[in-house]
Amino acid sequence: MRFSGFRVIAEALTGHKGWKPLWRNPDPQPAYDYVIVGGGGHGLATAYYLAKTFRKARIAVLEKGWLGSGNIGRNTTIIRSNYLLPGNEPFYEFSMKLWEGLEQEFNFNAMVSQRGILNLIHTDGQRDAYRRRGNAMLLAGADAELLNRDQVREMAPFLNFDNARFPIKGGLVQRRAGTARHDGVAWGYARGADLHGVDLIQNCEVTGFRIENGRVLGVETSRGYIGAGKVGVAVAGNSSRVMAMAGMRLPIENHVLQAFVSEGLKPLIPGVITFGAGHFYVSQSDKGGLVFGGDIDGYNSYAQRGNLPVIEDVAEGGMALMPMIGRARLLRAWGGIMDMSMDGTPIIDKTPVGGLYLNAGWCYGGFKATPASGYAFAHLLATGQTHDTTRFMRLDRFERGYVIDEKGMGAQPNLH
Amino acid sequence: MLIPHPLLGPRDAQEFTYLGDASLLNRPDGMAEGALAAFCDYVYLRDNPAGVHRELWFHEQGDRSWLVVTRNTVTHEILGAELARDVALRRQK
Repeated sequence: MRFSGFRVIAEALTGHKGWKPLWRNPDPQPAYDYVIVGGGGHGLATAYYLAKTFRKARIAVLEKGWLGSGNIGRNTTIIRSNYLLPGNEPFYEFSMKLWEGLEQEFNFNAMVSQRGILNLIHTDGQRDAYRRRGNAMLLAGADAELLNRDQVREMAPFLNFDNARFPIKGGLVQRRAGTARHDGVAWGYARGADLHGVDLIQNCEVTGFRIENGRVLGVETSRGYIGAGKVGVAVAGNSSRVMAMAGMRLPIENHVLQAFVSEGLKPLIPGVITFGAGHFYVSQSDKGGLVFGGDIDGYNSYAQRGNLPVIEDVAEGGMALMPMIGRARLLRAWGGIMDMSMDGTPIIDKTPVGGLYLNAGWCYGGFKATPASGYAFAHLLATGQTHDTTRFMRLDRFERGYVIDEKGMGAQPNLH
Repeated sequence: MLIPHPLLGPRDAQEFTYLGDASLLNRPDGMAEGALAAFCDYVYLRDNPAGVHRELWFHEQGDRSWLVVTRNTVTHEILGAELARDVALRRQK
């Protein structure tokens, strides 16, 4: 079933009787060539690219709840490629390019909206840092533009330019960045994977790995044993728990990150805006709600909810940046569980266990990475070789001393 | 979250800063055999459990003592707190 404008009109005229479920709901087979653990954005994207781009094989995605029930449905939907380090920026720019063709690629409306991201500058030192970042982005083929104060004012006149402590002195803008409909991304990949023969198995929790002679043979699940040629784990938020079943300890702590949405307002915010003096970022959804967030709560957590001090901190950031936000009423707040890696950068790599591969440690940044993460992980699973854009995102980079420390803050699990 | 400080009674968690797993008290011996691997584990790897977790909190805006707090990471329920000093001294015995 292909989606098209013609199809929508035809269905409208015939009482919408022709729509069908987007994917099958199969029972697990005894064995597959590839088993992907985790039916979130990254797992579904991995299955999609594995089935469509890399090879025809028997592929299953195992999901303990329902598809897209984790962080793909709990994020603030921002897509961007404004990173600095050579270990990161080419990967995120690859992801940005996949976003740009995503809807045509999987024939599903993911509502990719390239309204730009504006990172505000408040000091001369910050301008130097952003100029450097912008140049790094240009070198990786991304777009970046340094704006002066007047240009920022033209773009977002409602900002508090003359804040006594944090006056706005300019901004770094990436115009190709923006937002996407997060659930739509999961559904689009799920439907695409299903159309290419992937079994999407829901309510199927992995409870253990069967490992013999250092090689994985399959997974124990709540729906019985499933044999597997190769197993890819993409369960950010629970990576440590799942990999502990394979006897591994990871350089990851799990923390809760909160996000917020206001009541629906008229179109107000052009794209995404980030405060450069505190941790606050805001965009506006297509329904009109202001979607915003800030820091993680800062303690280990598996509870998908946070506490009030961080809500207060985020609200203060918002008030400092755009005082009019104080007139909007908060509609909802929620929390998601982040894989906070020890250098702020993800891991896409093989593991010491043969046939077992890991995709983890996404910190705040997993949503924008969904297409490239899926593509690179599928590449790794299919070929055994690391995709060119993820060759630095190795699991052993910590012991080898090659951390990718975007913030330059050393080993701690509270980085971006 | 309220942390039951052993000296000061219940204090708002906002007064504290968080460091992480209480196993960070067990700093490896840098001169010992295999110190490199031990330090790699110490600096980077975590148990990261879902459930009861012993962790270090610093009473930065209070008496500046380090506490070992026992907390459930699934529910945020705090089960107890003791001075990290006492924990470390007990371990030396």
